Parts: sequence; C-alpha cells; structure tokens
Amino acid sequence: MARELIKGNEAVIKGAILAGCRAYFGYPITPASEIAHAAAQYLPLVGGTFIQGESEVASIQMVYGAASAGLRAMTASSGPGISLKQEGISYLAGSELPCVIIDIMRGGPGLGNIAPEQGDYHQVVKGGGHGNYKTMVLAPNSAQEMCDLTMLAFDLADKYRNPVIVLADGFIGQMMEPVEFPQARTVEVDKPWAVKGTRETRKNLITSIYLSPEELEEHVRKLARKYAEVERNEQRYEAYRTDGAEVVTIGYGIVSRILHTVVDRARKEGIKIGLLRPITLWPFPKKKIEELTKQVRAFLVVEMSTGQMVDDVKLAVKERKPVHFYGRTGGMVPSVDEIWEKVKAIIG
Amino acid sequence: MSGKILKKADAFYDVYERKPGADKLTTHYCPGCGHGTLHKIIAEAIDDFGIKDRTIIISPVGCSVFAYYYFDCGNVQSAHGRAPAVATGLKRANPESIVISYQGDGDIAAIGGNNILQAANRGENITVIFVNNAIYGMTGGQMAPTTLLGQKTMTTPRGRNPHNEGYPLRLSELLSTLESPVYIERVALTDAKNVLKARKAVRKAIKCQIENKGFSMVEALSPCPSGWRATPVEARKWIEEKMMPYFKLGVYKDNTKGKEPYIPPKEEFTTSEIEKIIGIAATKGKEEVRIEPPAARYRNPAIKIAGFGGQGVLLLGEALAEGGMRAGYHVTWLPSYGPEMRGGTANCQVIISDDPIGSPLVSAPDVLIAMNRPSLDRFEPDVKKGGLIIFNSSLIDRRPQRADVEVIAIPATEIADNLGNTRVANMVVLGSYIAKTGILTKEAVISTFPIFIKRRDLIPLNEEAVQKGIDWVEG
Repeated sequence: MARELIKGNEAVIKGAILAGCRAYFGYPITPASEIAHAAAQYLPLVGGTFIQGESEVASIQMVYGAASAGLRAMTASSGPGISLKQEGISYLAGSELPCVIIDIMRGGPGLGNIAPEQGDYHQVVKGGGHGNYKTMVLAPNSAQEMCDLTMLAFDLADKYRNPVIVLADGFIGQMMEPVEFPQARTVEVDKPWAVKGTRETRKNLITSIYLSPEELEEHVRKLARKYAEVERNEQRYEAYRTDGAEVVTIGYGIVSRILHTVVDRARKEGIKIGLLRPITLWPFPKKKIEELTKQVRAFLVVEMSTGQMVDDVKLAVKERKPVHFYGRTGGMVPSVDEIWEKVKAIIG
Repeated sequence: MSGKILKKADAFYDVYERKPGADKLTTHYCPGCGHGTLHKIIAEAIDDFGIKDRTIIISPVGCSVFAYYYFDCGNVQSAHGRAPAVATGLKRANPESIVISYQGDGDIAAIGGNNILQAANRGENITVIFVNNAIYGMTGGQMAPTTLLGQKTMTTPRGRNPHNEGYPLRLSELLSTLESPVYIERVALTDAKNVLKARKAVRKAIKCQIENKGFSMVEALSPCPSGWRATPVEARKWIEEKMMPYFKLGVYKDNTKGKEPYIPPKEEFTTSEIEKIIGIAATKGKEEVRIEPPAARYRNPAIKIAGFGGQGVLLLGEALAEGGMRAGYHVTWLPSYGPEMRGGTANCQVIISDDPIGSPLVSAPDVLIAMNRPSLDRFEPDVKKGGLIIFNSSLIDRRPQRADVEVIAIPATEIADNLGNTRVANMVVLGSYIAKTGILTKEAVISTFPIFIKRRDLIPLNEEAVQKGIDWVEG
C-alpha cells in the first residue's frame, strides 16, 4: 500500500481534482491558504480554472456562476471568510446549485487568532445566511478524510443540488499524514438544468427569486422535502468501542482523535467508555445517538468551543440521559489528561 | 409598414410565460422607462449576430431583476452587485458562451463596486450593460452613487449634498483608466439619434466579446420617469439638461482594433494523465522498506522538534515522518503554523507508531530535539521520564537539568559550518537521533530527500550531514 505524506489542506485539492472539480475561486486566509496554493498549482494544469477572487464575497459568487454552468466548482476559507461567503451560500442553496466549500476553522470571534478552534459550528451547520435552507456538512478528522470527504462532498452536492461544506479545524488542515489517493474519476453527472450557453440549455433559468408568496412557499417546501430526504439517507458517523460503553464521548475533527486516545486509555483500565464521532454534522447522526441513549449512563461532548454541537446532542438525547460538556477555546486544545479527569468524574 | 418591423426580436420570447399575471405580452417596465429600449437593442443584436443559443444574460437586483421574463436565452439571476463575479464563473466555465451582465447604477457602482472594478481589471471577456438612471428605481427611489448634486431622493430629501454624500460617481471614466478593458462607451436613451448611437455601442460591445477581445461595457443614461416623478418627455429632457453635462457621452476606451483575440486553451486529460499531473501516480505501487524495529524504549516515539525559524525544524520533522511512513509505520506531523513561523520560533510534533494514531498532539514528548536555548527552556520540563533530549550544544550554553532522561549534546551548528552550510545542522541532529535509537536507517532517511530538498545539488551535502550526526553518536 503506497501512500503520500501530505497536509490535509493539500489533500483537499488532490481529492477535488480526482473527483472532477475544475474550478476554484478563493481568497487567502490562514490556516486555509494551502488549499488555494495547491489549487493554483494544479487546476490550470488539468484544464481547470483558478482565480484569486477580489474578496470572499466575490469568490463564492464566482462559484455560483461556475456551478450555474454545470461545472464542479469549489472555494475554501476560514471563519472570517465564511462569514462573508454566507450571502453567496444562501443564494446557492436557494437556487439549488451544487458546490463544495471548505472551512478550516480558526479562533474567533472577530479577528480572534489563527490557532485551531471549532467555533464555526453554528454558522456552518445551522446556516449562517438568510432564509430557510440547509447545507450538508462533513467533518474530516485526518488527512485521508480531507481527500475522501471532499470527493464525497462533490457527489452529495450533485446528488441533492445543494452546497456541501467540509468543516475542519486548523490542525486537520495543517497536519501531515499518509494519504492513499483513489483513482481519478471520469465524472459525467447529467445536469439538464445548467446554463451553459448551448441550444439544449437555452430555456434554463437559475434563480432564487419567487415574488409571489404562494410560489416562494412552494419552493421552500420543496427544499424542506429535499432536506428531509438528506436527513433520512445521509447520517454518517464512526462509533468506536461503544459496545457496552457506560459513557459515550462525542467529538468531531481533531477532538475526536484526542477522544480516541482517551477511550483506549480508559478501556485498558477496564473503564467502559466509547466514542461517537459525527462525520456528518448536518444531517446530525441523531438516530445513532438515540440508540446509544438507551445503553449509556451519560454522554460527554468535547469541543474546541464554548459549546455548540452539544446543542444538537441534547436535541437527540431529549433529556433522557445527562449530557456533560467540556470545551476549550482560543486555540487551546483539550488534552488527553484533562478529558480523562472529566471522564473519571462522570464515572464516579 | 411591413409586418417585419412590428415583430418582436427573436431573442425575446413571443409570450412572456415566466411573467406572473394575465398580461404575458408586455413588459413590467413603466411607460417611458429606458429598460425596454435597451432590452430591444440587446435582443436585436443577439438576433443579428446569431448568438441566441450561446447567450447567457445575468439579471441583477433592481427593476431589471426580471430580465429573464423576456430574453429567450440562458438566464441566471444574481445577488445585488455580484453579477460581474457570477459572469466570471459562467464565462470561465464555458468560454464559448456569450455572457451579458445587465446592471443598474446602485448594483454596479455601489454594492458591487469592487466586483465590476476587478472583473474589468482581470479583463474578463464579458459584456456589461450599465443602466444609469441616477436613482434606485425598484427599492423606491433612494440615492444612487450616480445621483446628481442637489437631486432629491428618498434618502437625500434635501438634495444630494457633496459634504455628506460626495459627488456622483463616473464609472466609465474610472474603468477606462484600467489597462485591461477593451471597449467602454457612455450613451443616452433620449432622442432617436442617441438611441441609434446606443444601438451601435451595444453591438460593438457584444462583438468585442464574440471576437474574444476582452472586457466591454456600455453605460446608458436611462430615463426613470417614476423614480424622478416626471413624464416620459420630461425625463428625456432631464437627461439632456441635467445628466449629460455631468456624465458626458462618448467613447472612453476603444482598443478593439489593436487588441489580439485571446481564446483560453481547452484541454482535456485522461484520468491517468491527471493522476500523473497531480503527482499521485508516482506513489502507487512503491515498495516499502521494512527495517528492524528499534529497542523497546525507543519504539512509538512522540517527538517534539523546536528551534527558531530558518533552522529547518519543520523539514527535520517531515523527513522523520516521511521516512517513518516508508518504513511502514503510522505517522503524523503537526506544525506550529502561521506568522509565527516567519521569523520567530517554530516547532513541530511528530509521532511514529506501530498502531493507528489517535491524538497527533505531543504534549509530553518521548523525544525532544532542541535547536536553540528558548526551545530547551520551554520544553525540557515536558519530556517524559526515561525520554531523550537531543540539544544543539553550539547554540545552547547549558545542559538539560533533568536527571531522569537520556541526553545527547551535539554541536550541530559547528559541524554544519565545518561542512560549509550552517543550514544542514538539522540533518546533523537527525543523524544523531536515528543512530542513537535505530528508529530509522540512514537509507530510509535520505530516500526522502528528493521530496523535500528542492535544490538537487544540495542533497549530497545533506547526506553528509546525516552521516556526521551518526558518527558523533557512534564515535
């Protein structure tokens, strides 16, 4: 098995190209810039387009244009840039355009810092733009998944005609790990709705405006039906040593890697804890959490935030079991020892 | 009068099915509005050039938000001000398409000011039709960037005051200072003579795009009788008397003759070519070098490497991680990142493990490699009992205080200087680490160099540096 040692951020672009992405529009920001660097390096070489947009606002609208034309297109940024892209994300969702957006989270609010954090959960998972829409959100926890989930993101985006966001933290973006790249795909997704400047697509219209209340409500209902289908079909997670676990820890991204180590340590000492790692943050793996609720004494949610995903866990648990929370922010990463203490306190 | 003259342009739908309400034959524009005239000019140009199938019109926010009711061509609706960015994406995706961005004054010169400036400056091969009526029509008559001094609007109830709102913005003049745009003209939709000039300008702008020459824009001073609270006749007169003295008509830029057409290359690649281009084909099928495992106490090391920027700390870690991967181990490499790398201190954390790696963070290292004094001071207390500290004794004037760890003092900078390049001190240290622990062989390490060392001629020197480190430990 031959592998390449590569940063998660670069694996994103190689994965995107393998998945048939041929357009990248973005604006530089730490700690996501390597994604733009790799896109600038490789996309023009494979017959694709790379443009450093004048702003985050413009970059996402260029994605809107390229997606309207039926191309697999993407952009990437970090929290402050994602805030600016929310205008475009709302339009993309409203116009049912597929695209992939990568968010490599840093510390906030405001300028915050460039250290890893998970404070973008609410603005990404709950939809930071205006209106009734949802974006699918995938949360990789390794360089391999930065490649794999980016590829999956393009497929899901096309399948549901909806933006998909890959949400990672600064460490997952910056970390180098071995990645085994899959083979390149010839992607021929039929997009009869696209506007390509051809006779076949001349009658098409890409829009999110529905002036009459009846029509807009019908459109929003149609979107809602689509989102319900996504919730039914696309909940993804990794359950690690949850068998017989009395306490299940829940974390995504870099935190899930730390929890993995905590679980191994506990199991070695005969303490029955497990890890549930959501891979899709929306749709949130509610079904699995509901199932675990019957088995566990308590849940422990760990995030690099003051508590955002924990809200979704509580909604799934419905107060049937205690949901504990431990969070660090500002670029402080919860250590194995800190979490270990928390686990012992819960186990009693 | 022949029937032909009365016929709608072919680029218009015969019946406006997308338009709500019972009347599907007339537009939603007010009597005397300039949009209708401009739409007709564009539609006729599309007909005459025979580009209906290729054309995509971007409807903006404003009264022309519903341009797609009328044009029988590809239609994309965009966010306020963003049409030039959307046009960029559409055109780059399909360079054969003819992309027309239709925008009002608030859209193009206020909220989308930077978008038009940058699209023009990139020389996007698109055509922009800019409708300047000195007011926000659809949102109810507020001030536009092009509102004239003294002009009363809903948001300048006492008239536009230069001390509060500045002066009307002349976009054609502004964009014509840029190098890239090929053709920019301002016209006015007033009398027959000026409408004829507008017709000529629009055709020239679209032709410019068809011929792949680059960015073109036509600014049309356009009547808004409703917004100006005037009759259609008064509105036309107002353009002539008030707007035209400030917004002078004319050609602001015309490089259509001198400009060479540029057609972006259209390339397609096979999947195996793509794998080769992005450098993943080379990694397929490469044999791994299994080496003897090190002594138990040196197995599965969590390593912290620290020094100041420029000492090659990150590279030392990369060589270890890459070598470890090739030897069949699980590895992670995690850097300190961002501006702190540029000039300040740098560190990275490497784990080489028999088993899959959970947390890649190294808070209590088994091995500390300290390239300078601040690194030793900062991380020495964290090293695990029974661990290993390797320090660069050329730059660190003290020994570690810990008595419960192994220590290697190596004058790495001095050894590197003697080799003629102070920058290979990192490789000297790397040599000492692999010699001490047996975690990797020299061959495993130097096999990684072609990946990290861009200048091929420096590879032998780096190999020599690794050997010097090995010699130091093995005596």
